[in-house]
Amino acid sequence: MAVQVRIPTPLRRITNGERIIEVRGGSLAQAIDELDRRFPGIRAKILDDRGEVLQFVNIFVNEQDIRFLSGLRTPLDEGAEVSIVPAMAGGSRPQIA
Amino acid sequence: MGAVGLVCRECGQRYSVEPIFVCEHCFGPLEVDYDFNGLRGEPLRDRITRGPASIWRYQDLLPAPRVPEWDLAPGFTPLVRAHRLGEVLGLRNLYLKNDTRNPTWSFKDRVVAVALAAVRTFGFTVLSCASTGNLANAVAAHAAKAGLRAVVFIPTGLERAKVVTTGVYRPTVVEVEGTYDDVNRLCLEIGDEHRWAIANVNLRPYYSEGAKTLGFEVAEQLGWRAPDRVVIPVGSGNMFVKIHKGFEEFQRLGLIEPHTVRMTAAQAEGCGPIATAYRENTDKVVPVRPNTVAKSLAIGAPADGPYVLDLARRTGGAVDSATDLEVVEAVRLLAETEGLFTEPAGGVTIGVLGKLARAGAIDPNEVIVAYITGIGLKALEAVEQVVERPIRITPTLASFEERVLALAGE
Repeated sequence: MAVQVRIPTPLRRITNGERIIEVRGGSLAQAIDELDRRFPGIRAKILDDRGEVLQFVNIFVNEQDIRFLSGLRTPLDEGAEVSIVPAMAGGSRPQIA
Repeated sequence: MGAVGLVCRECGQRYSVEPIFVCEHCFGPLEVDYDFNGLRGEPLRDRITRGPASIWRYQDLLPAPRVPEWDLAPGFTPLVRAHRLGEVLGLRNLYLKNDTRNPTWSFKDRVVAVALAAVRTFGFTVLSCASTGNLANAVAAHAAKAGLRAVVFIPTGLERAKVVTTGVYRPTVVEVEGTYDDVNRLCLEIGDEHRWAIANVNLRPYYSEGAKTLGFEVAEQLGWRAPDRVVIPVGSGNMFVKIHKGFEEFQRLGLIEPHTVRMTAAQAEGCGPIATAYRENTDKVVPVRPNTVAKSLAIGAPADGPYVLDLARRTGGAVDSATDLEVVEAVRLLAETEGLFTEPAGGVTIGVLGKLARAGAIDPNEVIVAYITGIGLKALEAVEQVVERPIRITPTLASFEERVLALAGE
């Protein structure tokens, strides 16, 4: 399946400035693997050591938050659009005074 | 600017003062780093008390300087002792922070005022936001005052009054087919591609600092001391963590004595992912699809959720939720006992406060501040079905005596 992955600004350094990358993959996990083969290091910016999506990263498939779909196992149809988006936290690191 | 830079809250990476909000290394959120050297105790307190009756009295502790000709003077709203509501709930030292008394009738004027000051610094010409309504009001009004173009993005299905009270300032209002979380994602993508100032996206490190003033003011208004407990309505969780940061900075700067404030978060049951995580004793906030009368809190994927959980647990506070029915009842209770008409978010606050009080989870002697952060007039739909209709009479004494006098208890 050919799918489009939208790369957010903080990751474009890895993709040589490319905003949209076309990759092949029947599931989101496969698409991320393929992305990492072409742009080594990008996987580690999105997933943790156990292969789970990092706390401050949100991933959408066709505008749907993958946490409402099947997470990284979400299947991708031909032409699917994957968007990687930073979570927008804005509070502060809690500290005890 | 008072800010010396930005720092990643997760990995500590430092950045210069720019309109950015995400760490390039770890995706962590960036926050403003200050140089508070030389700011302490009595001299700082004097500077504050001599300052204007607005958030700008705390200018030394905010990331961007006030722009006088753009200023709508938000903040320094009343802190009111709630005797009658306290009596009903069995709480002896209850206060309300009445933040409906702002230029566009919600606390969002505080955060937008600070974002606007940053807009001046960075030289943007378009001010934008993703909003459930109150933020759209504040952005549209502030942009009007500053002569900037405003483009505000809202989800479908907002209260009519919130759309009208935004439109009157003549911004471009864009209704996005979807929930707030969809709007939010879209605005993130827009901020990535276009040089727009999006108040709660690329200006977020600055914008969010404005909410600290809700902590500063309460401490100052209580006579330079922190309360024992605060009860705060929670959507994204930003205001919650920033109010705590406000108390903490005041302590660090020697303006108030060290004191643990029990941080208590109030969510709507129809959008309570943080309350659910709290109840289930987990750190993981699982997003939900919102379905609640409290539309200003209808954020299903709260970015600051983990920080809210951590703070509530570490301070001996709580996270709880109120059903739509409880919210509407609490809106009425607040109106009937304190003469204050809140939007449903304030009903969430009072509903949860009442729940905890009745359950015996709160010491009746605690000094408690409940935050009422938006006005009821913008969400009439929430109460119009439950408010009694007027009694109709003819303009005669007989009609008055027949239909009214008995009701008035004479």
